[in-house]
Amino acid sequence: MAHPAQRRWYPIAFAVALLVLLPLSVLLFSWHEIDQKIWAHLWQTQLPRLLGNTLVLVLGVGVGVTLLGVSLAWLTSLCEFPGRRWLDWALMLPFAIPAYVLAFVFVGLLDFAGPLQTLLREWFGSGVRFPRVRSTGGVIIVLVLVFYPYVYLLARNAFLAQGKGLMEAARVLGLSPWRAFWRVALPMARPAIGAGLALAIMETLADFGAVSVFNFDTFTTAIYKTWYGFYSLTSATQLASLLLLAVMLVLYGERRARGAVRPTNERPRGKALYHLSGGKAFAASAWCGLVFACGFVIPLLQLIVWFWQRGRFDLDERYSALILHTLYLGALAALITVSVALLLAFARRLAPTRLMRSTIGLANLGYALPGSMLAVAIMLAFSYLDRELVIPLSSWLGGAGKPVLLGSLSALLLAYLIRFMAVAYGPLENSLARIRPSLPEASRSLGVGGVGLFFKVYLPLLVPGALSAALLVFVDVLKEMPATLLMRPFGWDTLSVRVFEMTSEGEWARAALPALTLVMVGLLPVVLLIRRSARRLG
Amino acid sequence: MQVSKCLLAALSLTALAGTVQAADEVVVYSARIDELIKPVFDAYTAKTGVAVKFITDKEAPLLARLQAEGENTPADMLITVDAGNLWQAEQQGVLKPLKSAVIDANIPPQYRSSTGAWTGLSLRARTIFYSTERVQPSELSTYEALADENWEGRLCLRTSKKVYNQSLTATLIETHGAAKTEEVIKGWVNNLATDVFADDTALLQAIDAGQCDVGITNTYYYGRLHQQQPDLKVKPYWPNQNDRGVHVNLAGAGVTKYAPHADAAQKLLEWMTTEEAQALFAGLNQEFPANPKVPASKEVQAWGSFKADAIPVEVAGKRQAEAIMLMDRAGWN
Repeated sequence: MAHPAQRRWYPIAFAVALLVLLPLSVLLFSWHEIDQKIWAHLWQTQLPRLLGNTLVLVLGVGVGVTLLGVSLAWLTSLCEFPGRRWLDWALMLPFAIPAYVLAFVFVGLLDFAGPLQTLLREWFGSGVRFPRVRSTGGVIIVLVLVFYPYVYLLARNAFLAQGKGLMEAARVLGLSPWRAFWRVALPMARPAIGAGLALAIMETLADFGAVSVFNFDTFTTAIYKTWYGFYSLTSATQLASLLLLAVMLVLYGERRARGAVRPTNERPRGKALYHLSGGKAFAASAWCGLVFACGFVIPLLQLIVWFWQRGRFDLDERYSALILHTLYLGALAALITVSVALLLAFARRLAPTRLMRSTIGLANLGYALPGSMLAVAIMLAFSYLDRELVIPLSSWLGGAGKPVLLGSLSALLLAYLIRFMAVAYGPLENSLARIRPSLPEASRSLGVGGVGLFFKVYLPLLVPGALSAALLVFVDVLKEMPATLLMRPFGWDTLSVRVFEMTSEGEWARAALPALTLVMVGLLPVVLLIRRSARRLG
Repeated sequence: MQVSKCLLAALSLTALAGTVQAADEVVVYSARIDELIKPVFDAYTAKTGVAVKFITDKEAPLLARLQAEGENTPADMLITVDAGNLWQAEQQGVLKPLKSAVIDANIPPQYRSSTGAWTGLSLRARTIFYSTERVQPSELSTYEALADENWEGRLCLRTSKKVYNQSLTATLIETHGAAKTEEVIKGWVNNLATDVFADDTALLQAIDAGQCDVGITNTYYYGRLHQQQPDLKVKPYWPNQNDRGVHVNLAGAGVTKYAPHADAAQKLLEWMTTEEAQALFAGLNQEFPANPKVPASKEVQAWGSFKADAIPVEVAGKRQAEAIMLMDRAGWN
């Protein structure tokens, strides 16, 4: 039974969950009629192959982001080697590159007609062989390079927070650095790594932009095909609800695997624990440098080349408006989403009942769906509210009886909130859990409670987590395409809208201008955040 | 606290009461991108003073939005880039059949809806492109002949998920029936030089680079690429000149059923079929104007004239689902 003080948190949690459930219920209601012809066709010709593809993709990306994210986080947070100081934050930068952009850069650069293979043919003749670029391996590499920062950021925070006291104790007890990593640091960082991995897998399952550049068919591709090709929004939403089920399993698995391990808050690290030298130092620098080059430097250079060749002719005064809209939407959405996620995280901490856990689980589901499906579900939900609620109310008040929600800025911001709640909630819950209950208890006994407790005790400790959360949401909103396309108010074009328009016409070189601007706008907060957290903890 | 509550209430009331929309404007949902429509709308605004507001997105989300909004929609006009999509919009009942002497006079009947719900505005052929280095035009004849064995390992195609290929297949089914069409498509898939491409431009570049010798794409992709790279080693070929002609598709528009500014929207649509607007609308994208009185751009004229398939483009919509299923069975991904 919940304590009355705990129940006070229920209304806010229910309200947020309800907001997320509104569009999700659109998916469930889609099952009232089943188009057997489409389902039989999909089952006979598509689904077995697509499910296989999807499984391989998720496994490949999952293993890849874990290997990259954890190894890089370990090296930059606990070791010392040449270049560590700047690689530490530089390795976060690939996050600013949208998956669809890295995909078209990768294919454009490496495919048969691209500059690299053309050059190779000029040098070695037309017989030169190159591995297939638009292949399963290619998609996995691209998605790993864009999604590993989720694991990197969270694992890095966890390793830094563990502090070196723990690792020194392990060393004193006779564990080699390698064994100390496996037996002490890794198990303790597991919740953070799991949270990052879950985000990466959800992104992979929902990705449509990158896989379509490779023409790699996944379950999500089938959803779009059913909608855009057969024009059966009903069957498409049915498929999407199955995808949602798969994601709920992933999330459940993540929670279970997290187990009883509790994050701790140790003293921040002073000097690096392991000073690498010689071959080891070189290997560490080379590994971090290689990932940074492939995930950021090379794609950025290709974008710059394309910008110079084609994009610069499109640069006009409209770009200042595009940038402003993008920044405004990103910042506002980050502020709103982080505030609501913070409320949820507190609700979860102060009222840790089973009901609360399930409610918050529901409130985080929006991230799991392919962007367009969620966008159309939100659009349908809002237009329903407009029709049933807003217009009658408006007419009754003597207004114009016009729809207010759909096509308004607030509806778009709500859509971002629904979509990116999970992104903000993860880091916040994590950093809240690191605050031991003894701390607020001590404050209360000293007479600091309520609002004062929040501002004097919690908030300063939550700032790094909240900034991580805000950054993730901000950059995700910049990159977001389908909901922005469908629900933006007239005249509110953003950089990602412009990228969409160019790539939809196959004009990759011209898409370089908006894509490059998007990356630049996204980079600013990434650099600020990482430098700040390095100063605090480093 | 009380004051802020009052303020909030007042604010939300003002929002609910709404503002009356200006009469001199038309609102457009467009699947044709900003840079290909804005100059046309700007020209119209400069001429008439009527403002045109628009958002761009893909067809399916725009259609879903139109349907969901129903009679509350702010949209007056829907622009799409494929006849199949226009047919779908008509089927879903979001377009208003128009009776317009201007449109009837300007646009040939096979490029309009038989009910007047939409009209084509610009045409593009989906035709064969070949490498000038490795293929003689005399080796080419028809779409169907690309399934022959001598093209094995030489053909490039775009993904079957693109509506342009679905429309092409739909017209093949209309002409030959499903069994013969499936044979042809299987032959194409058999002859593929590499995995199908995600877009037409990449396909043309692959022919130029030597990855494949022939391919099927829309003419305007070639037009754009050729303008950037005049030394492109790729040329268009007009197939089926001795029978039905080249497959032609279109970009077009219709006025929505619940358009708040229906008359203004119809005037805009009519203007878009006139000689004044047609050259601009088609020329921006290296397309053929749907109005036969209007000459195409220089780039387009240089490709020569050809006989176009006279099949009504509506067929593309009617047979789209059938075409997708057939392509799936034939293994065209």
